[in-house]
Amino acid sequence: MIKEIILAVIIVLGTLLIMLAAVGILRFPDLYTRMHAASKSASLGIGFILLAGIIYFWSFTFTLKTLAVILFIFLTIPIASHMIGKVAYLRKVELYEGTCIDEMKAK
Amino acid sequence: MTFLPVLLEIMLGLLSLSLVITFVRLVKGPSIPDRVVALDLITMIVAAMIALYMMYSNQPVFLDAIIILALIGFFGTVAFSLYLKKGAGK
Repeated sequence: MIKEIILAVIIVLGTLLIMLAAVGILRFPDLYTRMHAASKSASLGIGFILLAGIIYFWSFTFTLKTLAVILFIFLTIPIASHMIGKVAYLRKVELYEGTCIDEMKAK
Repeated sequence: MTFLPVLLEIMLGLLSLSLVITFVRLVKGPSIPDRVVALDLITMIVAAMIALYMMYSNQPVFLDAIIILALIGFFGTVAFSLYLKKGAGK
């Protein structure tokens, strides 16, 4: 019973984080802020849901495989976001008009 | 006694709602990198839905599908960015 309550809390937290990423990608004004919303909160949300999977199937091999998947996701999402952000700046996707600092402009 | 299947059904519904929201951005995104970011997020949402269904149907085999989907999302985004960089004119 206590295991189910812990599972419920982790699952609800992960799902709400992923929904927050979806709302952010719809509502933010700019490509770069949208990418900020999508990458961070989506990776944390899927990490929470896979952690709930670890607690649900409590076995050794499943835990190892799931930890490898979480590590892979946490390593690859920042790399993909960095590459697509740099390409978007090179293609001159316009910034939000309230942007304070643009460090790539000097280069 | 067990409320977990009902909770998993509700959470699957919320995730499909967020899939619809992301699909709106995929359709009306003003530039191509917007659409690539939306596709990446769609891959992550589908992976989370598979993880929830893995607990709902009590079969841990679906973890392999999550691995494949994460790989496809990463390589898809990297391939899109390399292809767009070639056309950036710099």
